[in-house]
Amino acid sequence: MRRTLLAASLLLASQAGAETPVLTVYAGDYFTSEWGPGPMIETGFEEICNCDLQFSTGDLLPRLLLEGERTKADVVIGLTSDVTARARATGLFAPHGQDNSALTLPIDWTDDTFLPFNYGHTAFIYNETTMEAPPASFDALLEMPDDVKIVIQDPRTSISGLALVLWVQAVYGEASADVWTKLAPKILTVTKDWSASYGLFTDGEADMVLSYTTSPAYHMFAEDDFTKKAALFPEGHYFMVETVAKIAQTQKPELADAFLTYVMSRDFQSMIPTANWSLPSALPQTDWPEGWAQLPLPEKVLFYSETEAAALQAEAIETWRNALSQ
Amino acid sequence: MLRLEGLSIHQGSFDLAADLSVEQGRKVAVIGPSGSGKSTLLGALGGFVPVAAGQVLWQEIAITHAAPGARPIAMLFQDNNLFPHLSVAQNVGLGLRANLRLDAQDRARVAAALDRVGLEGMADRKPSALSGGQQSRAALARVLVQDKPLVLLDEPFAALGPALRQDMLDLVSALIRETGATLLMVTHAPEDVLRIADEVIFVDAGRAEAPTPAAEIMQNPPPALRAYLG
Amino acid sequence: MAQRAQPISGTSGIVAGTCVVAAVLLAFVGIGLRAEPGTGLGPAEGQAIRFTVMQAALSALISVTLAVPLARALARREMPGRTLLVTLLGAPFILPVIVAVLGLLAIFGRKGWVNQVLDILDLPSLSIYGLHGVVLAHVFFNLPLATRLLLQGWQSIPAERFRLAAQLNLPPAMIWRTLEWPLIVRVLPGAAALIFVICLTSFAVALTLGGGPRATTIELAIFQAFRFDFDLSKAAMLSVVQLVLAGGAALLALWVIPAIPLTGGMDRPVQRWDARGGVQRLTDALVIALGAAFLLLPLLSVTLAGLVGLPLMPASVWQAAFVSLWVAALSVAVLLAVALPLAGWIAIRARGSAEAIGLLGLSASPLMIGTGWFILINPIADPVSLSLPVTAIVNALMALPFALRILVPGIREALAGHGRLCLSLGVTGWSAWRWLILPRALPQIGFAAGLTGALSIGDLGVIALFADPDRATLPLQMYRLMGAYQTDAAAGAALLLLMMALVIFWTCDRGARWYAKT
Repeated sequence: MRRTLLAASLLLASQAGAETPVLTVYAGDYFTSEWGPGPMIETGFEEICNCDLQFSTGDLLPRLLLEGERTKADVVIGLTSDVTARARATGLFAPHGQDNSALTLPIDWTDDTFLPFNYGHTAFIYNETTMEAPPASFDALLEMPDDVKIVIQDPRTSISGLALVLWVQAVYGEASADVWTKLAPKILTVTKDWSASYGLFTDGEADMVLSYTTSPAYHMFAEDDFTKKAALFPEGHYFMVETVAKIAQTQKPELADAFLTYVMSRDFQSMIPTANWSLPSALPQTDWPEGWAQLPLPEKVLFYSETEAAALQAEAIETWRNALSQ
Repeated sequence: MLRLEGLSIHQGSFDLAADLSVEQGRKVAVIGPSGSGKSTLLGALGGFVPVAAGQVLWQEIAITHAAPGARPIAMLFQDNNLFPHLSVAQNVGLGLRANLRLDAQDRARVAAALDRVGLEGMADRKPSALSGGQQSRAALARVLVQDKPLVLLDEPFAALGPALRQDMLDLVSALIRETGATLLMVTHAPEDVLRIADEVIFVDAGRAEAPTPAAEIMQNPPPALRAYLG
Repeated sequence: MAQRAQPISGTSGIVAGTCVVAAVLLAFVGIGLRAEPGTGLGPAEGQAIRFTVMQAALSALISVTLAVPLARALARREMPGRTLLVTLLGAPFILPVIVAVLGLLAIFGRKGWVNQVLDILDLPSLSIYGLHGVVLAHVFFNLPLATRLLLQGWQSIPAERFRLAAQLNLPPAMIWRTLEWPLIVRVLPGAAALIFVICLTSFAVALTLGGGPRATTIELAIFQAFRFDFDLSKAAMLSVVQLVLAGGAALLALWVIPAIPLTGGMDRPVQRWDARGGVQRLTDALVIALGAAFLLLPLLSVTLAGLVGLPLMPASVWQAAFVSLWVAALSVAVLLAVALPLAGWIAIRARGSAEAIGLLGLSASPLMIGTGWFILINPIADPVSLSLPVTAIVNALMALPFALRILVPGIREALAGHGRLCLSLGVTGWSAWRWLILPRALPQIGFAAGLTGALSIGDLGVIALFADPDRATLPLQMYRLMGAYQTDAAAGAALLLLMMALVIFWTCDRGARWYAKT
């Protein structure tokens, strides 16, 4: 008897599954873990869409490039501004159709294909209990004694690492090579990705870590730890943004459009800070969750458009590599 | 009848030639100095040593290049005659079925063979739980179930003490009589020859001589054999 | 000389070998299908190649040099707990790389135990980052292997020789010259060559401990070419360079690489009458203590850090552990299906050159194999749904050379002892496998399976490329924890990973030997 019931309920469930349209969203690997924003987004969107949102995780751009026209994605979420040029060139994407003027980014965003859903800035994070005199500017960072150790990420494997190289380029331009030479002895190590760096910092291996201006927020709101601070520099901080985009050949264009609309909604935007530990792309600062508006943020924001970045990138990385290889 | 027709074996710088025949049902001792090629001769018959020229014929059918297991031969070596990881019954059973899928009848034959060699009640033991003599008996039980017309013994009892070795030879003798098989047996000991053999093949200086009646040759050995026997 | 007849044929081995070659070659075909003319190899890649060769050579040299005194001390000292110590000293070799790096940092890092002691003593601190850090980590991984190979050699010296030496009252220098040095000359070059090849394809170690772009290995450059430039032709070219370097070195070394010995028998030292002086006792004790500290303290620190994190681990970690277990089991199954016939084929051949096939899997970049297969599978099926089997196959390929080194001698010995008997009984083909080789080589099979399972469970592997969100492996889940600020829970996951690797190895190894005995 119980077995028949079970069989019947399985049957019903599979029929229900067949009737509900599925929206396939490609996302980065961190996205769907229980600490990522994925589960909340899934719940939130499924409440309004009468559909089944399914995340498929992996290394986004390589995967799209490998799959090409055969991609099963309807929507791709999490493409960072450093890879949008390459993603655009695949011709796989359609205009997002949302109103860019609703965005509340610190820079002007005119892209009609890649829609930002969160942002942050590069920053060096330190622990104020162990670092009494944090640098007050980028120049001051360069003049710190060499026994102050920082960890950074490799620009060839990590988006934040690349942002750092572009940050230095934006602040110092031609003098970048000297900057890297001055920084080199302070660099404890260069890790493949952000998490390895951050682990070294929290383990006390490094005094400062290249991370985001929003990193202290995690410690404040999730751990009640107010000792981690972002060192804010008057020279400015490099802007980093994550985007969402629609696949042109999707079989469910309405559903994809509905998802993009949901991304711009107040529900989604007010969820982003604590779900993704980053700043919402379309929510005025006054509407941010409690405490977030008090988070210290840079006065000046630096950013290269994807065409500018593409032109500078190769040389900037080579400068970095040469200086750190000495 | 076993016939070696212009048989020639090369192993590196070692050569052995044989041109002889052995009548069915005979018990033949193969003797000769160390390194003369007694084991090589048996190895060639068993299919383990490649033959350079000539033929090995059993009942006038050439088996020169047949696979060892396809020959009408049961063979025991100097050592490693039992698989140490298999039970006595499994070791004997392999003589019946190479895949060890034994039916009731097969199992009965295995049990009968073990009874015959005096290993009743030891079927489930591993070889390591048997004495040296019992291990030899187990190997002989397998020869029994193999039921091949030609039995080759390459000094399988060399490691046993004199009394035990004689027991084994008596057992072999009895088994051969019961089955009517032909026996070729390498040995070093003249007393073994007299105890069991009808005929002797003397191997020396690169040749295996034709069989001679045992009593005759042992009483009146040719010079080379006399030198060997001392 | 004509080949001796054997109860097993080489056909299945040739088929298995062909499959391995095809698996690697097809991956290159896959890459070739999608590669566009890229930028080619530049100065950065040249630097990576030079660095890779240098760190591998240094790691090999230092590992075998340190292994000599350690193996010597272990070989001639009887002491309580020696069996346990010898077993534990083998642990770093099967340790997941990401776990090992955490452990090494806790000991040798800037705020690690060593530097804390140096600080108290007012001595200058050590830095683990850079070439020496990479080498240190590689020595940590491979010193156990080198020690084991040497220890095996030492124990192959018959006790009678030591008796003779004692009877003649030879001084230590003469014992060294007559007994020990010849052995070292025989074992050491092969051990060094094997470690060189292992270090050549290293990836994860250089990531954290390298200290910067000057410490880029070829495997890391492949990752960058793939991930950052998406330059498949450059990635493929680098893969070929790595294949040629590792494969070439391995091929040259194959003649001298010793077989990997079983752990059995090594827990008892040969009775010795030499080296009874107080100074020798003291130095041996010191060497053993230092070696044990170097190899075991990182494990201890991982354990201590993990104990705090274990209760913080979310349920998904256990789920991931289960997935990893499944991948490891699949890897072991794939490995045995390939390695056994291949080892059988190599064992019945007069020369062992076919073993080079096994090294193909280790020398080829797992990332390239994974990517190539992704491209090939994509038109036919969803690669994501096949990500676990592909990971399992790639892991099995990585373990193949070690498995062959372990299995071939075992099979050779079984055939040498009882091959003739099998032939005379007509026990050939599958029956010979079933009734002779599998039971006789069971200890070796267990050892190879345990090693593969342990290596597989700790490997992040190609799964990171296209992971199914619901089927993360334990290493991947550990990375996710680290990426989500959950450092303590990640330490718990690391401990779980460590325990699983050790338990898998121990279960397969001991289980098979226990079964073989009864």
